[in-house]
Amino acid sequence: MNAVAALTKKDFETDQDVRWCPGCGDYAVLSQVQKLMPTLGIPRENFAFISGIGCSSRFPYYMETYGMHSIHGRAPAVASGLKLARPEMSVWVVTGDGDALAIGGNHFIHAMRRNIGLKIILLNNRIYGLTKGQYSPTSQMGMKTKTTPQGSIDRPFSPVAVALGAGATFVARTVDSDLAHMAGVLKRAAEHEGTAFVEVFQNCIVFNDGAYDAITDKSVRDDARVMLEHGKPLIYGKDRNKAIRLRGLEPEVVTLGEDGITEADVVHHDETAEHSGLAFFLSQFDAPKLPVPLGVFRAVKAPSYEDMNVRQHEDARERRGRGELASLFNSGDTWTID
Amino acid sequence: MSGLAEVVEAGLERRASPRPVEELDSVVIRFVGDSGDGMQLTGTGFSRAIAKAGHDFATHPDYPSEIRAPTGTLFGVSGYQIQFASRQVFTSGDAPDVLVAMNPAALKTNLSDVKPGGIIIANSGAFTDNNLAKAGYAISPLADGSLGAYRVYQIDISGLTAQALKDSGLSKKDIGRCKNFYALGLMLSLYSRPLEKEEEDIRQKFARKPEVAEANVLALRAGYAYADATEMFITSYRVRAAEIQKGTYRSLTGNHATALGFVAASELSGVPLFLGSYPITPATDILHELSALKHFNVTTFQAEDEIAGICSAIGAAYGGVLGMTTTSGPGMALKTEALGLAVMLELPLVIVNVQRGGPSTGLPTKIEQSDLLQAVYGRNGECPIPVIAANSPADCFDCAIEAFRIAVKYMTPVILLSDGGIGNAAEPWRIPDPASLPKLEVKFRTDPEGFQAYARDASLARPWVRPGTPGLEHRVGGLEKDFLTGNISHDPVNHQRMVEVRAAKVDGIAADMPPLQVEGPPEGDLLIVGWGSTYGSIVQAREQAVAEGCSVSHAHLRHLNPFPSDLGGILKRYRKVLVPEMNLGQLSRLLRERYLIDVAQLNKVQGRPFKVSEIHDRIIELCNEVSK
Repeated sequence: MNAVAALTKKDFETDQDVRWCPGCGDYAVLSQVQKLMPTLGIPRENFAFISGIGCSSRFPYYMETYGMHSIHGRAPAVASGLKLARPEMSVWVVTGDGDALAIGGNHFIHAMRRNIGLKIILLNNRIYGLTKGQYSPTSQMGMKTKTTPQGSIDRPFSPVAVALGAGATFVARTVDSDLAHMAGVLKRAAEHEGTAFVEVFQNCIVFNDGAYDAITDKSVRDDARVMLEHGKPLIYGKDRNKAIRLRGLEPEVVTLGEDGITEADVVHHDETAEHSGLAFFLSQFDAPKLPVPLGVFRAVKAPSYEDMNVRQHEDARERRGRGELASLFNSGDTWTID
Repeated sequence: MSGLAEVVEAGLERRASPRPVEELDSVVIRFVGDSGDGMQLTGTGFSRAIAKAGHDFATHPDYPSEIRAPTGTLFGVSGYQIQFASRQVFTSGDAPDVLVAMNPAALKTNLSDVKPGGIIIANSGAFTDNNLAKAGYAISPLADGSLGAYRVYQIDISGLTAQALKDSGLSKKDIGRCKNFYALGLMLSLYSRPLEKEEEDIRQKFARKPEVAEANVLALRAGYAYADATEMFITSYRVRAAEIQKGTYRSLTGNHATALGFVAASELSGVPLFLGSYPITPATDILHELSALKHFNVTTFQAEDEIAGICSAIGAAYGGVLGMTTTSGPGMALKTEALGLAVMLELPLVIVNVQRGGPSTGLPTKIEQSDLLQAVYGRNGECPIPVIAANSPADCFDCAIEAFRIAVKYMTPVILLSDGGIGNAAEPWRIPDPASLPKLEVKFRTDPEGFQAYARDASLARPWVRPGTPGLEHRVGGLEKDFLTGNISHDPVNHQRMVEVRAAKVDGIAADMPPLQVEGPPEGDLLIVGWGSTYGSIVQAREQAVAEGCSVSHAHLRHLNPFPSDLGGILKRYRKVLVPEMNLGQLSRLLRERYLIDVAQLNKVQGRPFKVSEIHDRIIELCNEVSK
C-alpha cells in the first residue's frame, strides 16, 4: 500500500514524445488522467489503457502503464477481453468520435449494454483529425469539411444519448478547458462499478478550432451551459437566475423570480434515477436554445459483467467440482475394447 | 398396449430361431427425411449402437441450412450417413448399401447415390399425393417400377408409429415426431443390434419430457418388433467387430474434439482459456461445448460480432491467458484486420476456421477446403501466420493442442483449419490418459532487469508478460515497432528488419516438426499429398490402388505454413505428385510456388467429400501414365 501511496503523476509519464499538435485539447486530458491515477490506490502495474485509431488513440503510448494501441474502433472489444481475463485490472479505453461512434459503434454500445468494467473516455472534437479534416458522426449539420464542401447533410448524434440508449450505468460529460471539473468527473468514473462513459468536449485546434467556444468562452459560457449536480435544481446563467422547467415533456428556460417562479418549479437533477428518462432528456439539450449540460448524467448501481462471469465460474465449481480432464474425456457414452 | 407387447414377444421368440444371418465386411447406411424428421438423431442413435458393438465407423451428416424447410420439399431434405465395418473405417462411404427414405423428396434427392442392387426402405405412409407432388413425382416411384434395380421395402413407418402410440396420450403432431425412432428400431433389428442401451439413451436424452421419452421407446420397440416379426426381411445382417486398438472409446465430432483439445491445452499449461466468438455455422458447436465448461478455467464470450470475437481474444491474450476465437469463412474475412494486429503484437492466439462452401455466404452447411490461401496469405502487409489443419474428427483434438503449442512457444497467432465435414462428423475417439499428453510449457516474464518488450529468444519469440507484473509496464500496438523496445518506429531499416524477423520466426517453426510420415514406398511413381478432411478418402483409395498393383504413397500435411522442412525432398523422390483437394487447387498452387515442381490436381467443389472411387480412379490414371 505504501508503494501505491507513494506514486505521483510523474510515475505515469512515459519517455515517449507526446505528438499531438501544440494547443490540442488532448494534452489537458492526458495530464488530468496522469494526475488521477496515483490517487486511486491502485498499483501502477494494474492499470491498462486500450485505444483504437485516431489522434486520441495515441494516448496509451504516453501512459506508463500496461497498454495497447489496437485497431480502428475495436478498443472496447480488446478491453473487454482483457477485463474478462483479468478482472482485477483497471482497464481504460481512450477513444474519439470517429473511433467510438462511426467505425466502432457496435463495440461501443455493446460494452455499455453489458456493463463491463471499462472506463471509456471519448475525446469528442467533432472532426476527423488524423485523416486531416473530414466530418464525424458528431459534426454539426451544414459543417463544411473536405468531404462536405457544400456542408454536411449528416445528422449528428450525441454520444451521451447513445450511451444512455445502450443502457450505460455511468454517463458523464466534461470539457477539456475546465480542469477541475474534468478531474472530478474522471474520479467518479474511476470509482464506478461497471462501464463508465465520459464524453470530453475537446478542441481540435487545427481542423475544428472553436467548436466549443460557446460553452468554454468565459464571457458567454455561463449562459450556455448548465452544471449537473445530483439533487440540485437545474439553475445556470451568469446571474444564476436561469433555470429549466418542464411543461409536460417539453423543457423550457425560465427566469427565477419572474412570474413567481421559484426553485421548487425547477427540474432537480437525479443521477441515480432508475429510469434513464431524465438523463436522456438532458442529453438532448443543445445551445443556443437550451444550455449544454456538463457533469454526471447518470450513475446507477448494477452488477458488472465481469463479476457475474466470476460468479458463474464459482457456481459451476461448487456444483460440479473443479473440472478434471480425465472425467471430462470419459463423460458421455463410452465403450471399452479389450 | 398389450397388442404391442405380443408383437415384441413374437419378435423375441423369432430371435430364438433366427432368420439366416448374412456376414458383411462393411455397410453404408443413409437415413434421409425432412429436416424436421429427426434424421440426425436417428443417425447418431444408430452410430452409438454400432460403436458399442466394437465397430469402427465414420459418419457424414448432411443437412440444409434452413432451420426447418417446408415439409416434403426437395431442398428440405436432411441426411445422415454412416459406414461401419469389420476393419478400420476412414470415410462415411461412397454409396449407401441401404437408404432409409422417410418421404418422396428424400428418395428423389438421394436415389442416384444408392449402390445398384442396394436396399431402399421407404416410409410408404409418407408417399401421399401431396408429398409426391412436392417432390415432383407424377406417379409414385414405389408403384411405377422405376426402382427395379433396388431391393425395395415399403413400410408405412408413419402409420405404424401412429398405431403403436395411439394410446400414448400424445398429440398427433408429437406422435409424428416419433417415427424416426421407429425407423431406428427397424435398422437395429436388421443389423442384429440389441435395443436396451438405446432405450436408456432415449430416456436420458428426453429426461425432461418423460412422456415423450416413453413414446420414443415404444416407437423404437415397435419398429424393432416389426422387423423381427414380419417376413419382410428374409435375412438379417451382421458385421463382425473390427480389430480395434484396445482402450476406452467414445464417439466424438470434430468440433467437440476441438473443444476438448483446447481445454486440454489450458489444463496442460496451467493457463486459463478464453474464447471470444460469434455464432456461425458450422463452427458454433465449439462455442457451445466450451460454454458448458465453466468448472474448468474456461471463459467464453459471445461477442457482438466476428471482429469483437477475435479482438476480445487478443485482449485476453495480452492479459496472459490462452486467447482463441472460432469461426468459418465469412467470419474469417471479418477478422482479417485483427489477425494483422495479432501478428504485430506477437501474442499467442488461436483462430479456428471450420471451413464451409464459399465465397460469401456460399454453402454454410456443406464441406469445402477453399480457405487455405486466405489462411496463408489473406492479410494486408507481409503478415505470416502459421497454419495447421486437422484431418479427422479425432485429429481435431491433437491439432488444438498443437496450435497452442506453436502459439505460446513462438508468440504468434496460429490458424487451425477444420471443415464442416469433420466438424460435424463423428468417429470413435480413443480416450487418452491425460498424463500421457504433452506438457505445454508457458513462461511469463517477471524480471524487470534488462526487460525489452521485443527482445527475442532462440525461437525469435518475444517475452509474454502478464499485466499486473510490477516494473514491466509496456505498450504494444499495430504501428511498426522498434526491434528491441517495441516503441513506435518509422525507421525504414528497422521496418525491413521487423518484416524479415516476423517471417523468419514463422519459417523457423518448420525445424520444430516431426518428420513427415509417408505411407507407402519412400520413392517411386506417385505420391499423393493431401491436407485436412480428405484424409480418409485418400487412405482408402490408396489401399485399393496398392491392392491392384499400383506403386503409390501418401503424405498428409498437418502443417501448411510453414511446410515441414523435409517435404521438398520427399516430393522430389516421386515421378508424379497428386493433390486431391476440395477447392480449385490451393495446395497445388502453394506446392508449385514453394518447390518449383508440377503437381497433378484433383479438385472437387460440390459441397460434399471425395468419394473413394474418385480418388482411386485418378490414381489409376496417373499410375498408367507413369508406367507408359
